[in-house]
Amino acid sequence: MKDTKNILLVGVGGQGTILVSKILSTGLMEAGYDVKMSEIHGMAQRGGSVSTQVRYGKEVSSPIIGIGEADILVSFETMETLRWLEFLKPEGVVVINDFKIPSAPILMGKADYPEGIIELIEGKAKTKVINAGEIAEELGNQKVMNVVLLGALIKSMNLTDIDWEAVIKSQVKEKFVDINIKAFKKGMDAV
Amino acid sequence: MRVLMTGNEAIAQGAYEAGVHFAAAYPGTPSTEILENIAPHKEIIAEWAPNEKVAVESAVGACYAGARALTAMKHVGLNVAADPFFTMGYTGVNGGMVLVSADDPGLHSSQNEQDNRYYAKMAKVAMFEPSSSQECKDMVIKAMDISEKYDVLVMIRMTTRVCHSKSIVETGERVEVPIKPYVKNVPKYNVSPANAKALHLVVEKKLKELEKFSNETDLNYIEWNDKKIGVISAGVAYQYAKEVFGKNASYLKLGFTFPLPMEKIRKFADEVETLYVVEELEPFMEEQIKAAGINCIGKDKIPNTWELNPDIVKKSIFGTENQIIDYDKSLAVGRPPTLCAGCPHRAFFYQLSKKKNTMITGDIGCYTLGGAPPLNAMDTCVCMGASVSMAHGAKKVFEKNNDDKRVVATIGDSTFFHSGMTSLLDVVFNKGNTITCILDNRITAMTGHQDNPGTGYTLQGEITDTVQIEPIVRALGIKHVKTINPMNQAEMKETLNWAYDLNEPSVIISRYPCALKKYSKEDLEEFGPISGYCLVDEDTCIGCKICVSTGCPAIVFKKDIKKSSINKVQCVGCELCLQVCPTKAISKVGE
Repeated sequence: MKDTKNILLVGVGGQGTILVSKILSTGLMEAGYDVKMSEIHGMAQRGGSVSTQVRYGKEVSSPIIGIGEADILVSFETMETLRWLEFLKPEGVVVINDFKIPSAPILMGKADYPEGIIELIEGKAKTKVINAGEIAEELGNQKVMNVVLLGALIKSMNLTDIDWEAVIKSQVKEKFVDINIKAFKKGMDAV
Repeated sequence: MRVLMTGNEAIAQGAYEAGVHFAAAYPGTPSTEILENIAPHKEIIAEWAPNEKVAVESAVGACYAGARALTAMKHVGLNVAADPFFTMGYTGVNGGMVLVSADDPGLHSSQNEQDNRYYAKMAKVAMFEPSSSQECKDMVIKAMDISEKYDVLVMIRMTTRVCHSKSIVETGERVEVPIKPYVKNVPKYNVSPANAKALHLVVEKKLKELEKFSNETDLNYIEWNDKKIGVISAGVAYQYAKEVFGKNASYLKLGFTFPLPMEKIRKFADEVETLYVVEELEPFMEEQIKAAGINCIGKDKIPNTWELNPDIVKKSIFGTENQIIDYDKSLAVGRPPTLCAGCPHRAFFYQLSKKKNTMITGDIGCYTLGGAPPLNAMDTCVCMGASVSMAHGAKKVFEKNNDDKRVVATIGDSTFFHSGMTSLLDVVFNKGNTITCILDNRITAMTGHQDNPGTGYTLQGEITDTVQIEPIVRALGIKHVKTINPMNQAEMKETLNWAYDLNEPSVIISRYPCALKKYSKEDLEEFGPISGYCLVDEDTCIGCKICVSTGCPAIVFKKDIKKSSINKVQCVGCELCLQVCPTKAISKVGE
């Protein structure tokens, strides 16, 4: 359906895309949208490339986003942007985390981590670069990198009217609420 | 209440609301979360079974005893459970019974793309196909009613996208259904040939009644729009068709797909100019529609391989594609799944990979990754339990051919309980000479850490008897058995040599917990806490890459200085690299 918005989150198994998609889709549902979210569990979780797709609008049919259909691509890991860029609309936005996780062939010295990815993407699409790893480290826990990226996503998609702090409170353990809300705000400010 | 749920969570919610009393399953992606989400409901007896056949049989027992019963499995799990499944087609039920088959188009986590809709037709059982989480929930409730009303087993056929996609579900309350009385009924429940012969006639009659239901039910409904194009679809493929055709086509949406509503299909076909059948994988509906003499377009255009999506539907039918950003996608270096840092399988396969003149048969689980580079220590992977029996057959042939090649079978703990035990019995019975290695990582790991008979805990985390593998192996008749810690490389190497020198079948139990496992009290007592991380001394490192050849994702080879380096965030301190380093350049710190 034409009014449906498409959000694609990509990264590496273990980076916390699942929590982000959970907060995101819960907030969108509470705001009255129809929401569908799709992700693949299983073998890819063992350090493989992972993607989560969130679609929202008045009425959503397919749970998955087609090639050239994403309004925004949020890449939790720099090189993963290259793997998934074909899913972005030509006029879509890319949020790239300046954070590198070398894959097995790179670790073994059989391939090199590609250079100049950010410059390449900037030449192809509207791009916002964020150093979510550094922001999370400053907050004292690298694991909240995912919620920093959520903040950047919300700002970029103009979804700031939703009470995200309340949604975060409902979705994360009490002792992690404060740091996640801080991470969320830092992410909003960073783009 | 409106809740975002995956299809699997919605099936569990449906089971709860439908008053299900008994549920059993064996874990398997993409079906695993169904039982995990049923487990918290105290009203339902919910169990992990050792394999799918046992799960189905225990559910059949519960159903005959009068309960509403549910069982769930991945598509290939139904191959294991096919025997009781087919017989259920004949006997029917007492309490309602639903079998959930979760197919995996696209092989996200499977060995094939079999389309289990054919199973429903072959076993003559009714079939539902949900296309959203709401339908998953509603269909379990409806399926229980149909099962009891028509005295049939109902299969709910899901696919990975339905299982693992979230959409909004309106939840309801549980309706308690009394357990039906058990009445001994030998002609119905005892399929001796004479009884089964009579039952076959009964089944054919039931199918006629079900076809009538299929034509009448609003599970199969028409959405009229433009009549130039008509689309018949079911499951998630219907969502893709809606995405592509929108309001420019009329739809016959099928939720009850066996028996098909052929009358309704014929009426719909008569009203539209061009009829498309949009289905994922095989032409299950198309073949039957064409056999009924109705013209339609299906697999001539839409491929029957890999997972379907709106792009493929659009390209197949209209020949159009979305505009995309032009760039060189090949710049992205591959990111295959790997064994985790600290994985005990790595320590095992590292030593096994050094053995020459060996055929290594593998099995289904995380350890299948032992076949990937750089370890390359697995020749075959066929199905659950196959490693042990295949090794036996292969060794017999090598012997007959005067080839002294050794054959090593590698199988996980949960897989051994699943279907490795009878295979090992075959090795003993038929005087085999294989080396069977049971990689006991104290959990069913690949599917996300489910308990099994060897862990000492049930699905609900309650304490139960811990089944020990070594006494089972000895009871099966294996005389040479050793249980070792694979993280100790000297012991690992010595034990493999011991087994290779024997001229009788042996079993090596490689026992150490999965690196991601949350240790139980017993694990802590047996294996102790593990802490610290490993560090490379760059002055001592000679850049030989032996540590890199273990394939540990925490080790990176720095090409510029030709030295190894360890990422301390990823490293769990397992000390495998420390043991294999020839210059003792790696040490443990931070303990």
